Amino acid sequence: MARALLEVDNVSKIYSVGFIRKRYIEAVRSISFIIPDKGAFIGLVGESGSGKTTIARMILGLINPSSGEIRYKGRNIFRLSKEEWIEYRKNVQPVFQDPYNAYNPFYRIDRVLRIPIRTFRLASSKEDAEKLIEEAMMAVGLRPEDILGRYPHQLSGGERQRIMLARLHIIKPRLIVADEPLSMVDVSLKARFLNELLKFKKAYGTSCLYITHDLSEAYYISDTLMVLCRGRIVERGPTDSIINNPAHPYTRMLLNSIPIPDPERRWRERIIPKVITGPSRHARGCVFYDNCRFRKERCLKEEPYLVEIEHNHEVACYLYT
Amino acid sequence: MSNPILEVKDLRVYYKSIWGDYRVVDGVDLTVNKGEILGLAGESGCGKSTLVEGILRLVEPPGFIAGGKVIFKGIDLLSLSEEELRKIRWRQIAYIPQGSMNSLNPVIKVKDQMIDVMIDHGILDKEEAEKRALELLEAVGLPSETADMYPHQLSGGMRQRVIIAMAMSLNPELVVADEPTTALDIVMQKTVLLTIAKLRDDYGSSVILVSHDMAAHAEIADRIAIMYAGKIIEVGDVHDIFKEPAHPYTRMLIDSIPRLEKKILRGIPGLAPSPLRWPSGCRFHSRCPLAKKRCRYEEPSLKSLGAGHLVACHLWG
Repeated sequence: MARALLEVDNVSKIYSVGFIRKRYIEAVRSISFIIPDKGAFIGLVGESGSGKTTIARMILGLINPSSGEIRYKGRNIFRLSKEEWIEYRKNVQPVFQDPYNAYNPFYRIDRVLRIPIRTFRLASSKEDAEKLIEEAMMAVGLRPEDILGRYPHQLSGGERQRIMLARLHIIKPRLIVADEPLSMVDVSLKARFLNELLKFKKAYGTSCLYITHDLSEAYYISDTLMVLCRGRIVERGPTDSIINNPAHPYTRMLLNSIPIPDPERRWRERIIPKVITGPSRHARGCVFYDNCRFRKERCLKEEPYLVEIEHNHEVACYLYT
Repeated sequence: MSNPILEVKDLRVYYKSIWGDYRVVDGVDLTVNKGEILGLAGESGCGKSTLVEGILRLVEPPGFIAGGKVIFKGIDLLSLSEEELRKIRWRQIAYIPQGSMNSLNPVIKVKDQMIDVMIDHGILDKEEAEKRALELLEAVGLPSETADMYPHQLSGGMRQRVIIAMAMSLNPELVVADEPTTALDIVMQKTVLLTIAKLRDDYGSSVILVSHDMAAHAEIADRIAIMYAGKIIEVGDVHDIFKEPAHPYTRMLIDSIPRLEKKILRGIPGLAPSPLRWPSGCRFHSRCPLAKKRCRYEEPSLKSLGAGHLVACHLWG
């Protein structure tokens, strides 16, 4: 296995809500995973409320974990010196969900590309900077003369999203954290965006944590998948192994819910699934208990942990232990 | 075979601006048959939502209906007075606008909001309305406790189903649902789509399902209409269209859906054109890999390929 770029080690995040009667919500519960260096594309799949975004925000250093550590090249990211922190921010870059709101409407679009060059000192001269910007824009299929000098509202959604990718071409991070980057994007642009993102793997060996609720997107882009259910990783392993051989009842439910773009193969059962949402009501036990068809008494008493069922394919479910 | 409940003829909805008119819906012909689910697909900005607003005559200034007919059960909705129209709209045609699951009143119980709708439209007394509300909630697959809950206690998918139940409460003959699954999780999308399919099966209503998600149409639609640049460019049985899409745009739309068995995806090159100045000829010609000289100058009209399959493309003569 390649050297770890980022290690998420036993991380939990508990939010407290309410003022007088405080309640605690465990958004993420003891999660550990490793993102290797050199072009590892990892899909993190889960529904809203599963803690996906919380994990992304912790990795980006926007919120602190309640316990556990996140280490970049072996160092806790919340204990970095100022210089190390700048380097970390250069090397771990987000792609935002909504390409419409990520821009300041008062500034020309150029600024989005110039600021990282200045902050991270990526060019030694003005000419260098211009060249870098032009190359990056060409790399994502934008003509600099069409785009530079314009304001965000003058660009289409697709152009704005490609500017985000051009920005990444300039910065060349080691890790891209993409949190639902396609949830606001049209079908026709989705495929192009995914292909552009895959180019980073080939061109620079960039790794990527791709967060989505859509298993088919994750299938397309990632080599490894992690399935998140109510703040817990319930299954993980090589993408093909999970898609062809899903083990956890939750993963199976997700897979069965994907609409297949083929009217000859519609959902077989036409029963509306009864789904209970919101945080798990059971302090101990399996997080999927409420919705599970195979639940047993044991599932409520103690929580299953990840066990390997195939090569590198792990699942946390008592059906397998 | 076909028994149209709604016929849209050469409908045009424009928006006025100082640069000229935005011709968002620019000559749409469309038929909805009794008891069918018609899927309306296309990229954002192609005019799907404006088309349904035009059908329901809900276009607000600076938008206006620039021409055409909307014939519902033999009556042209565009020729009715506002008062006459109101009786048909909601009662006979229910509309579920985009994002309406967020429009429930947060401080009123689900049940009471549903009852209010029914009483406002004067079809039932309170007791009957309550009974019907409970029936409908069950029909959309929500547990009976939902009736006494407040909207914030429900997930997005559950709220969307409450909205669908509400739309069904007046027993409409036509339901128009604009992007009912957008912004929902994959499991919730399934529940909402199956709910719509079930209500059609149970109550026999016709449905116009507006969605950019081709896979959603593949799951529940009977027929599908593809819209591009303010026009319908292909329409037909959902099986035919997915098996043999006739328009290059339709083919590209289908090929660009991420799916679990296929690993190469192609997007559609270029960008959707602006409604302020549609391209000459076929509006898709600049993005079309098969475009010929003729496509740049001559606009194709809808031609029949048989079995109700229509396409507007010069490839087909």
